[in-house]
Amino acid sequence: MNDLSTAPKSLYERRKAVYPKAVDGHYRRLKWAIMVVTLAIYYVTPWLRWDRGTHAPDQAVLVDLAHRRFYFGPLEIWPHEFYYVAGLLIMAGVGLFLVTSAVGRAWCGYACPQTVWTDLFQHIERFIDGDRNAQARLANAPWGPAKVARRLAKWSVFLLVSLATGGAWIFYFADAPTLLRDFISGDAAFVAYATVGVLTATTFIFGGFMREQVCIYMCPWPRIQSAMMDEKTLIVTYKDWRGEPRGRGKRVATLADVGSPERLGDCVDCDQCVAVCPTGIDIREGPQIGCITCALCIDACDSVMAKIGKPRGLIDYATLDDCKAEAAGAAPKPLLKTVLRPRTLVYFSLWSAIGLGMLATLGGRERLSISALHQRNPAYVQLSDGHVRNNFTLKLRNMSLQPRTFEIEMGGLPGGAMWTGQGTRETAARTVRTVVPADALAKLPIFVVAPGEGQASEDFSFTVRARNGERQEADVTQAKFERPAR
Amino acid sequence: MAENKRIDQPTGTETVGHEWDGIEELNTPLPRWWLWAFYATIVWGLAYTIFYPAWPMISSATAGTLNWTSRGQLDQELAAEREKRAPIVRAIAATPIEQLPNNAMLMQAAVEGGRAAFRVNCVQCHGSGAAGSKGYPNLNDDDWLWGGDIATIHGSINEGIRHPGHDGTRLSMMPAFGKDGLLQPADVQALTAYVQTISGQQNPTALARQGAGLFATNCAACHGADGKGNQAMGAPNLTDAIWLYGGDEESIATTINNSRSGVMPRWGDKLDGVTVKMLTAYVYSLGGGQKEKVQTASR
Repeated sequence: MNDLSTAPKSLYERRKAVYPKAVDGHYRRLKWAIMVVTLAIYYVTPWLRWDRGTHAPDQAVLVDLAHRRFYFGPLEIWPHEFYYVAGLLIMAGVGLFLVTSAVGRAWCGYACPQTVWTDLFQHIERFIDGDRNAQARLANAPWGPAKVARRLAKWSVFLLVSLATGGAWIFYFADAPTLLRDFISGDAAFVAYATVGVLTATTFIFGGFMREQVCIYMCPWPRIQSAMMDEKTLIVTYKDWRGEPRGRGKRVATLADVGSPERLGDCVDCDQCVAVCPTGIDIREGPQIGCITCALCIDACDSVMAKIGKPRGLIDYATLDDCKAEAAGAAPKPLLKTVLRPRTLVYFSLWSAIGLGMLATLGGRERLSISALHQRNPAYVQLSDGHVRNNFTLKLRNMSLQPRTFEIEMGGLPGGAMWTGQGTRETAARTVRTVVPADALAKLPIFVVAPGEGQASEDFSFTVRARNGERQEADVTQAKFERPAR
Repeated sequence: MAENKRIDQPTGTETVGHEWDGIEELNTPLPRWWLWAFYATIVWGLAYTIFYPAWPMISSATAGTLNWTSRGQLDQELAAEREKRAPIVRAIAATPIEQLPNNAMLMQAAVEGGRAAFRVNCVQCHGSGAAGSKGYPNLNDDDWLWGGDIATIHGSINEGIRHPGHDGTRLSMMPAFGKDGLLQPADVQALTAYVQTISGQQNPTALARQGAGLFATNCAACHGADGKGNQAMGAPNLTDAIWLYGGDEESIATTINNSRSGVMPRWGDKLDGVTVKMLTAYVYSLGGGQKEKVQTASR
């Protein structure tokens, strides 16, 4: 048995054009504010300066991939400290749990670049083509000079915005003023042009044309997020117990109009919630993957409710639990009570603990380190006078932004002494000094000599000391002295 | 199975008609742009096979219109690398070997270059860590047959040791005292005992005292009266803890009986001057390099 029409269904579906209508309201204004802030952060950040002296770049935020350094204001992250970046990613992950469990897909609705740029492009579209109806009319109109002119104008502006978007990205990875000059004069690296080219193209395509298709078909986020939502999560909901049965026009409808014994619900079926939706869905069908919870339908519905003199919030942020309670006649739950519950509090404590832990350790980091690499081939060298020599490579990290003199001292190994590649055995001593350049890793070949009599493998240590401003810093590493077995 | 297709409520989407333990699959149509993206990858793939080597033929494969090969790319990368290194190579060529250690940057470049050249040319005898083995000197230690200052090391590598048929090579020949009948077996035994005594391996005995006289007559001309050797003629120091051919009684007796004459090729014939300098810098940097002679020369 089947109840399908006889016409075979197509395996593929054309994109249903979406022409979201302009709307004003609380959430629209919040979206404006977030758009301005996020775009400002994106465009301004690489141009902020931070004085680090002569030995390091003066860009406040710089991901210096070529030299493997990450600068963030007063902080400098070395590759071996990448766990801080991992920590930031964990914080981002826990933050996502926190935000999602409290306010659902707020990231999708307000802060996601895809949303922000789509929003921006739709404003441009309205500016050039007009609002929803004009856009639809123009799309269906035959191609003529007027349509060509408008399309060219729109796509040019799209392209300009895309170029500015892709262009801003590269400034995070090199000195922004220098790179801008090189970029314009054609002297920048090929990878800079390639990156800008790719990002311009993706912005143009994703923001100008793909839009909600990215959210619905390409992005894994909605799938992950729907797994993290529960019946206590705030979502944008149509309160059907209040709105149904919907009916158009009159406030006081006759029963015959809707063929129902009940009074009409508050929904006047004006379709404004559908008209303003940037992903083209009907929120009244219930929670769905296409809803990015941008809340523009709340604004649209609220303005209609105001006009017909009904209370706002027919479409509103609510949890599924609250909906059930409200449908049964309970009073709406205050927002704070919805957001503050054990699950969000646990996430928040976890998130803050990671953040505070990282801040605490960031402040107390020693800006030097030593590690000793024993040369294994050969493990030891027999010297003519019966002594034995072991070769080491000391790796000395000077993570401060000044060149420093490091003092390295041997601990243990009685009768032992050492010298660097510059010295000779005659200059061997228990302590050597070397200057390590600012913000650099120095490899210091070191020769350790000790009497030939003794344990086949004897423990000893290298201690490195240096001043960092007022502070005396030190690090120690263990090593083994190898001798021929007797 | 397909006849089980139905419209699913509440999504309003057609099902594919299969059912497993009550689970059905919705036949949600694919977006059309997705299909176009799929076609685009096919076009890309075909275009790729035109531009790049791809289709297998009977004895080779299509070369592609760009004529790209991985070997050609490697050649380009090597050429670019050579060009990048050219200034340093020129500077090393222009620097006398004695002056090389004074220029830290050049010296480091030479040591790294020498490390690579060593792996190709020298490890077969001297070992990958330059620690040598029986008959092949350990280049890490402070005992040098011909001298451990940088100029002498350079000379040894450049000219070789006992390289046949060449006048410039380092040459010395210890007589095969036993084999050629210069010493009787008893004399060899006494000499062995004496050599073991001066190197501190055993306490003086009557036999060793007997050997002392033989040493003065037969060996001191090259190895010195005190047995400390002579680098000018490649005669090893017999009093230290390092033995190229072994310091036990049997090894020493074998050496005296049959003589030893290790050979190293004349690398100046096989390698260019800069590579020889780099090898010199590397060997010199291993920890046994000596400065004395350089200082004397500069005084």
